[in-house]
Amino acid sequence: MARSLPGFLALIVAVALICCSFAAAASTFQPISESHRSAALETFDRSYGSLEETYEALQTFDVLGVERKPDVGTAACQSVSQTLVSSSSTLKDIFYALKVNGVLKCEVDADSVEGIVSTLQTAVGSASSLLEFYHSIGGLVLVKNQALKDDLYLADAEGVFRSIKALSQSDGRWRYSSSNPESSTYAAGLALEALAGVISLSSSEIDQSLIGTTKNDILKLFERVEKYDDGAVYFDGEESDAHENQGPITSTWSVIRGITSFAAVTSGNLNLPGEKILGLAKFFLGVGIPGDAKDFFNQVDSLACLENNRVAIPLILSLPATVNSLTRKDTLKVKVSTVLGSDAPPLKIKLVRAKDTPAIESQELKFDSANKVHVLDTLEKSVDVGNYIFVFEIVFNDPEHKKAYAVESKTEVPIFLTGAVKVGNAKIAVLDSDLGSIETQNLDFAGENLVSLGANHLQKLKLRFQLTTPLGHPFKPHQAILKLTHESKVEHVFVVGNTGKQFEIVLDFLGLVEKFYYLSGKYEIQLTVGDAVMNSFFRVIGHLDLDLPEAPEKAPRPPVQPADVYSRYGPKAEIAHIFRAPEKRPPQELLRLGVNLKNFPSAAAPAAFAALFHVGIGAVLLLYVFFWLKLDLFTTLKILGFLGVFLLFVGHRTLSHLASTSSKVKSA
Amino acid sequence: MGRSSTVKETQALFQSLRSAYAATPNNLKIIDVYVGFAVLTAVIQVVYMAVVGSFPFNSFLSGVLSCIGTAVLAVCLRIQVNKDNKEFKDVAPERAFADFILCNLVLHLVIMNFMG
Repeated sequence: MARSLPGFLALIVAVALICCSFAAAASTFQPISESHRSAALETFDRSYGSLEETYEALQTFDVLGVERKPDVGTAACQSVSQTLVSSSSTLKDIFYALKVNGVLKCEVDADSVEGIVSTLQTAVGSASSLLEFYHSIGGLVLVKNQALKDDLYLADAEGVFRSIKALSQSDGRWRYSSSNPESSTYAAGLALEALAGVISLSSSEIDQSLIGTTKNDILKLFERVEKYDDGAVYFDGEESDAHENQGPITSTWSVIRGITSFAAVTSGNLNLPGEKILGLAKFFLGVGIPGDAKDFFNQVDSLACLENNRVAIPLILSLPATVNSLTRKDTLKVKVSTVLGSDAPPLKIKLVRAKDTPAIESQELKFDSANKVHVLDTLEKSVDVGNYIFVFEIVFNDPEHKKAYAVESKTEVPIFLTGAVKVGNAKIAVLDSDLGSIETQNLDFAGENLVSLGANHLQKLKLRFQLTTPLGHPFKPHQAILKLTHESKVEHVFVVGNTGKQFEIVLDFLGLVEKFYYLSGKYEIQLTVGDAVMNSFFRVIGHLDLDLPEAPEKAPRPPVQPADVYSRYGPKAEIAHIFRAPEKRPPQELLRLGVNLKNFPSAAAPAAFAALFHVGIGAVLLLYVFFWLKLDLFTTLKILGFLGVFLLFVGHRTLSHLASTSSKVKSA
Repeated sequence: MGRSSTVKETQALFQSLRSAYAATPNNLKIIDVYVGFAVLTAVIQVVYMAVVGSFPFNSFLSGVLSCIGTAVLAVCLRIQVNKDNKEFKDVAPERAFADFILCNLVLHLVIMNFMG
């Protein structure tokens, strides 16, 4: 029997929603509550641009049971009628107009219905992309569910099924069209919903093998889920330029819609593990209150789909209060409900154990049918203050429910048990090494009396007290601090030590003289005791007149207490930056043709040699000219011999002189 | 699209060559100019011969050979004088210059003889 989404969403509206107030829950999930409803009013309190936005707002109000403004309804109905009558409406517009109609149940006349149905049927026949299939088939399903037309069937449903199936990929995702290789999880959700629509609109049975392969696709898709540590499970979206809305919230919403609608129209199991369905519910509950309207709608719509689906209905175990006071004799209340807060089937909750605390035994919680909570009221007799992690287990009264519902096998919940911790046996005394205790005063933390003591640097101050829990055991808090403040606002902090049964601190002033900067005078004594599970306090116990010797010359001065606390944030001294002098760069030298007279030795003797060197070379070249003109080889060679020897001698002198000067320059 | 990218690449190549060459020391640049001058002279002689004819052939040969020879000697000088060249670190540039002068004189003697 084909179940339609708008149908059982209307069912949900009829269910009473229980509101629960709760303290901050550490790692538990809470079902939808009153704060969601007020947030919905705020988020959707604006004018809606398109039919899509109108539908999202109306659907959210519907699921949460929030009353919408009356003019919104009439305006939306007008827009719906216009869209359904107009021949220029796109498939998407018609689809969302029908969706809005499903929520508002406007009056739609039969002629426009006929026109719409024929448009949609033609669109199905000629559709080629996934979005065209989705909008046209979705529209026809909506028409059928709103009973606007009887006997509505798809011609060639199996062919349409195959065409949609052809766009699937082996990893479970779907492509948008056969020409575009882009695929996404969001598209997979749309495709599954469209396939569910085809099955519901077909007049005859679709081939079971096709349905079987689709179920395999769903299983493959679920292999792609991402997990958080707290058990939440979601689908990560894909980046896409062409299509927006590919984030995790939208992709997960789309898949949830797809599988719940597919499971609604097919017989047999989808074989999806219950933890994954529960994980999807946890993901959306863990989002809290989204700020964006689209995310809000996606969250609420997904939870509405999960509330009453045929795969497995997730049940959430939540505690209205995780902080319980033993002194006030609070009882621990535990609630099990669906994601939207509706009642769960009859079941029992067992406290299996508390982690790391063997003293707490396994016990069953009593069900209070008036308030629909399970109560544990034996706590204060056996359990002391502290923070624990309780492990709960859910057992259904009817074992058949185990298949239909998805619950966590063992839920771990952090619990704070607080109580009033009594301070007893408090004594403060000034001790003298010779005389023993000079004065001992009993401290009464309840009263307002301040003690007044006097001491000098040879004496000691001793403070002692005990802390007892409501059950009579000694208690060790997180902090026990004693603070002495001088008149000049100089403070000294000491940690009070614990000797198992009691707290004690002894301040030996002889050793503390330097620490106190030799400041004599009146010191205020303040005791701070704090922990998460007790009634923490800090109290001024009294005053101490301390007499310390004079400070020597080199004693450390006490730190200057800033008169104005914010003066340290004033502007600092200006920093002048020193830049390095720029490097000397050689002058830009372009290539010049000329005589390079650099390195011509300036001293007399080497200069003469250098000049002779050049003259010698010139003479040889002149000789060659003569050789060519007149002389013969042998004469030339004779003269060349003489000139060569001379040139060698002179050249050697010059060049070695040059070499020595350049090596001097290099080493210098 | 491909052509303009290769043009751009060659332009970039020339730019980098030019900037790298500007960094060479001046004495090497002078030697390079001398080599260029020698080769240019050789080319002019070849062109002249192609125009006018190769008679007398020995003159042509000696002229071209003198240019090429002095160019080769200048290149050897450049190699030996270049400070970046590690193989010739021990050879003082003045010694290399003396070799250059000597070899050039010998070359020109031979050329003068051959020229006739």
